[in-house]
Amino acid sequence: MANETMMEKDMQKVTAKQRVIRIISLVLVYAFLILMALIVLFPFYWMLNSSLKSLEEYRWSIPSLFPHKLRFVNYVTAFKAESLSVSLGQLFVNTAYVGIVSTILSLVVTVLSAFAFARLEFKGKNILFAGLLATMMIPGELFTITNYTTVYRFGWTNTFIVLIVPFLVSVFYIYLLRQNFLQIPNELYLAAKVDGTSDIKYLWKVMIPLSLPTLISITILKMMGAWNSYIWPRLVANDGAHSLITNGLRNAFTDTAGDIDYPVQMAAVALVSLPLFLVFIFLRKYIMKGVSRSGIKG
Amino acid sequence: MKVVLENLTKIFPSRTKGGKEVIAVNDFTFEIPDGKLIGLLGPSGCGKSTTLYMICGLQKPSSGKIFFGEDDVTELTPENRGVGLVFQNYALYPHMTVKQNILFPLQNLKGADKMSKDAMLERAYEAAKLVQIDELMDRKPSELSGGQQQRVAIARALVKMPRVLLLDEPLSNLDARLRLQTREEIKRIQQETGITTVFVTHDQEEAMSISDMIVVMKSGVVQQIGKPQDVYDSPLNLFVAKFLGTPPINVFNGKVENEKLLIGGNAVLDVKGVSDQEVFVGIRPEAFIIDKQGPLECKLLNVEVMGRDVSIVSSHEDSVNPIIRSIVDADNLKEVAQESVHFALKPHKVFIFNKDTEERIYVGNEKEKVEADK
Repeated sequence: MANETMMEKDMQKVTAKQRVIRIISLVLVYAFLILMALIVLFPFYWMLNSSLKSLEEYRWSIPSLFPHKLRFVNYVTAFKAESLSVSLGQLFVNTAYVGIVSTILSLVVTVLSAFAFARLEFKGKNILFAGLLATMMIPGELFTITNYTTVYRFGWTNTFIVLIVPFLVSVFYIYLLRQNFLQIPNELYLAAKVDGTSDIKYLWKVMIPLSLPTLISITILKMMGAWNSYIWPRLVANDGAHSLITNGLRNAFTDTAGDIDYPVQMAAVALVSLPLFLVFIFLRKYIMKGVSRSGIKG
Repeated sequence: MKVVLENLTKIFPSRTKGGKEVIAVNDFTFEIPDGKLIGLLGPSGCGKSTTLYMICGLQKPSSGKIFFGEDDVTELTPENRGVGLVFQNYALYPHMTVKQNILFPLQNLKGADKMSKDAMLERAYEAAKLVQIDELMDRKPSELSGGQQQRVAIARALVKMPRVLLLDEPLSNLDARLRLQTREEIKRIQQETGITTVFVTHDQEEAMSISDMIVVMKSGVVQQIGKPQDVYDSPLNLFVAKFLGTPPINVFNGKVENEKLLIGGNAVLDVKGVSDQEVFVGIRPEAFIIDKQGPLECKLLNVEVMGRDVSIVSSHEDSVNPIIRSIVDADNLKEVAQESVHFALKPHKVFIFNKDTEERIYVGNEKEKVEADK
């Protein structure tokens, strides 16, 4: 009897020790995660912090961690600023237009080509697909010059077309969706065939609903890409009327003396980030899925 | 609707250049009588599914013709043939409810066949009632058990009122108990609707239990066609004999001398009219009778008592397989000695096959009906 209680005590000791180890490791893990989160979040905080300062406070040699006086008026100024060649609102509209149109067209192209590569039988299918995949090996920057020459010869500079058409086809999205389509069992297709379903109807009624998560991921990624694109729009559409938001902000809020009103610029940047931030908050499940899949591509 | 297959052949070209082409189905001629349930039976790769897909229209025959009644449907697409197909993995559309799944084939009807929404719903509920899933119409397939999913698949196949119902291994994904239940269900539905049905399976027990007729296939060639019991009682060749029956038939190397069948030098049976030759002997497990004076002496390995029957596992040096499994009455068990067991044989359960062609040359007590089957 005494022996048994001894053993029980030993057992309790062991479990107590284990518990301590577990708590310590938990603390360490969370400390690490919090640190990482701070590193990621700090730039965002700094953007908001700066956007609410006066220009004078912004120029302090030791920056303040919190504005002495919150100047929300910076946001109003950002919208009204005359130094922009077009208004911030116009830039928003331009970007949204390019983003939405290019996403819709891109989805159509992606769905149809993924369907062809996954479902249809035609000569040279595999070679063609391998060729498309091979283009993924070439860094996008390398295309910039040839693309520029092409669109220049077409006379497309300073139009919306030039911002939409060159990026309609994304081999990666086609690949992503094709893999998804391939996972749909062949029997579903055969069953639909027996019932007299046309290929297009099968695509619309069965394959697209079943691949909706991937399609949503693609939509979000494409939208984000359009919203964030900088180099290409800067190169081919810099007349103001067709400028996108990232370019519009580049030289904005500069006074005649060449001084940049940074707090106002930061306020504008905060406004520009807002839509993407909202998208991320509400659709992060799909974004993560899209990104984690893109990680698998190897 | 009777279904006639005329010299149906399917050749798949080889995948590699210069490789051999594959003859999946070779010169299959058969008339499926109206309203019958036919079991296409054979090991995997024997061409049974290819045959089914050709009847369905999903695959084009290399040569030969298919008739539904008097109509030549060989060139028709599946939707124009009026067939319903049920797959092994059910192939339900996972994002649609049961109701939407069953409605789907009706929504594709065009032209004169086009139905109003109410008529479609009525038909869908009729089909659902037939397979007893009308309570589950608003569920998604993922919320159903395997058996229920299979019923939905059958309802979806039936809702168009097909002329022919085709089932591709419909029970293989179900567990043992559900399989029994569902196969009776299929039989009931088939009898209620009277639709000519073709059923593909590799499970001989399944085919025997529900088919009106079975077709045994091997490497694209039809081996035997007949009523399940007839095929079991008089298999035309060794393959068919081995394929049907659980436990499987026991095969021995034997010899015929002076119209007597010898196994291991002992005469086990009189075989009138068989010329002297080396043969394969097929003996059904139920052919063995324990008998102290029996001519067939086997080494006893094990006795398995399974309630009603007793299964005796033994061995014999002339047996093709390492063990012989026989099923005997539990009453005779005391006759079994420690190390060996003597058997007498029921003549009509013993088949003799030619050693080269493996064709059957003799069955004990062979009756006239065997001739009719051929």
